[in-house]
Amino acid sequence: MAEGAIQAGCRFYAGYPITPQNEIPAYMSSRMPEVNGIFIQAESELAAINMVFGASAAGERALTSSSSPGISLKQEGISYIAGAELPAVIINIMRGSPGLGNIGPSQSDYFQATRGGGQGDYRTIVLAPASVQEAYDLMPVAFDLADKYRTPVMILGDGLLGQMMEPVLAHSSELMAHRKKVIAKPWALTGAKGRTANIIRSLYLGEGVLEKLNVTLQKKYKTIQEKEARFEGLFLDDAKIIIVAYGTMARVAKGAITRLRAKGKKVDLIRPITLWPFPDKAFSRKMSPKTKYLVLEMSYGQMLEDVKLSLCGSKSQIEFIGRAGGGVPTEEEVINKINKL
Amino acid sequence: MNKIYSHPKSLRDISTHYCPGCGHGIAHRLIAEIVDELDIREKVIAIAPVGCAVLAYDYWDFDCSEAAHGRALAVATAIKRVRPQNIVFTYQGDGDLAAIGANETIHAANRGENLTVIFINNAVYGMTGGQMAPTTLLGQKTATTPRGRVASLEGYPLKISEMLAILPGAKYIERVSLHSPQEIIKTKRAIKEAFTNQINNIGFSMVEILSPCPTYWGLSPKEALDWVKNVMIKEFPLGRIK
Repeated sequence: MAEGAIQAGCRFYAGYPITPQNEIPAYMSSRMPEVNGIFIQAESELAAINMVFGASAAGERALTSSSSPGISLKQEGISYIAGAELPAVIINIMRGSPGLGNIGPSQSDYFQATRGGGQGDYRTIVLAPASVQEAYDLMPVAFDLADKYRTPVMILGDGLLGQMMEPVLAHSSELMAHRKKVIAKPWALTGAKGRTANIIRSLYLGEGVLEKLNVTLQKKYKTIQEKEARFEGLFLDDAKIIIVAYGTMARVAKGAITRLRAKGKKVDLIRPITLWPFPDKAFSRKMSPKTKYLVLEMSYGQMLEDVKLSLCGSKSQIEFIGRAGGGVPTEEEVINKINKL
Repeated sequence: MNKIYSHPKSLRDISTHYCPGCGHGIAHRLIAEIVDELDIREKVIAIAPVGCAVLAYDYWDFDCSEAAHGRALAVATAIKRVRPQNIVFTYQGDGDLAAIGANETIHAANRGENLTVIFINNAVYGMTGGQMAPTTLLGQKTATTPRGRVASLEGYPLKISEMLAILPGAKYIERVSLHSPQEIIKTKRAIKEAFTNQINNIGFSMVEILSPCPTYWGLSPKEALDWVKNVMIKEFPLGRIK
């Protein structure tokens, strides 16, 4: 992920140590100076996210990373970034919660990530990789989306993804040359030379002015919902049961699907890659009302709500398996559940 | 005939929202004058705080950013690191710099960030209605110390400038005041030094400015100036600290 960010043109990283994501700052501390980038170990999560605010205001592609409790601390800053319409990328490698929790894998920050998390009517684009390769590949996507919409983008992974080692196919240099064409940022703070002064702000006290900003943001979010939803799905027309899972849980689901299909079970997968915007169109195909859904999470029914919203009006049966606090639903649990459906 | 006094180019020609007798207007103007004199208007990036000066970017005519309450020096650190060729300064009140942002203040100074910090100490939270600040004097009545600040309950006035002075990363710290024209001239000299230090890559420079807040001190503008001179300076002695 860290190298993916570097390849995406990110030249500023600020973070604070927290497990299970310490490999990212460690890598950045050695790699950033090699590319004339900036690495700062911040004095707190609050400082780190506000350093990202500053670096982004100055026009740089900026990144921070943390894990659940640290991300909670960053939420005020993320709201400011959304309000000031700055691009930024935030990695959350989720751990067991609530409270200090543990360092086991978890997906319990789904609501926080997809509903905003900080104060106000804002949204964060949320990308959920399911492999180390995808985590690497999504970094340029995240920075491009952040710049394009001037909005915070979160990469939401779990502790398993954060700790696993897998081979990664690096981007070709041609692709990277393309990445260097970072979108122009005439709004950035560079000194008021030959132009009027730029101001980065989210405070609007005048009557009706803040409402106007909110309307602008909502329009932007609507465009993002229409254009940027991503998912993976095979959509075999004969699917009788569809598992819905993201991140590491999608890999558990794939394992179960392979074994079930070998036994003739018609099972398929919808894997949301963007959690916000949620890929509700994946559910709007003309499915038989007899198609059953099984939602799989390392949390207690958070994405389940989005699946229910996406299937609103359908009579499809929706089943759920969720564990949290470090518990990971197994292939066997999935297979047993599906065999009973 | 030479024109020796005019409106600074870096200060917009509009009325401010500050109360009568407030020190912010003077401090804003001094900064604008220095930015003009050093010819750095096209390079300056200011960080406005959360507090009474939250709208400072409406008054200065150069690039500005807001920062969340207390985070001005985190924002400034990143801007200066990304754009070392620019001149970056924060403008913060006592609550912003010495309470909610004390951690950012200490660590930016300790890293020796090449920044200029203008610290307005008026011993209260003005924006929110005159509550106790970390720099509120013992016995001083505020919205949240109705019987006066008591050391056993609320602790002592925080001398953050003296605290920062022990850090090797802090290169220049001076406490000045706005209570008389002579002191304003000294304040201007100190601010200029803090900016010049940044231009010369000397490092973290902070000017603490004792500034009147007649509204929340319950005094007239004239009485407020006298209170700085006769009371506040005893707790916060003026002069170069480092």
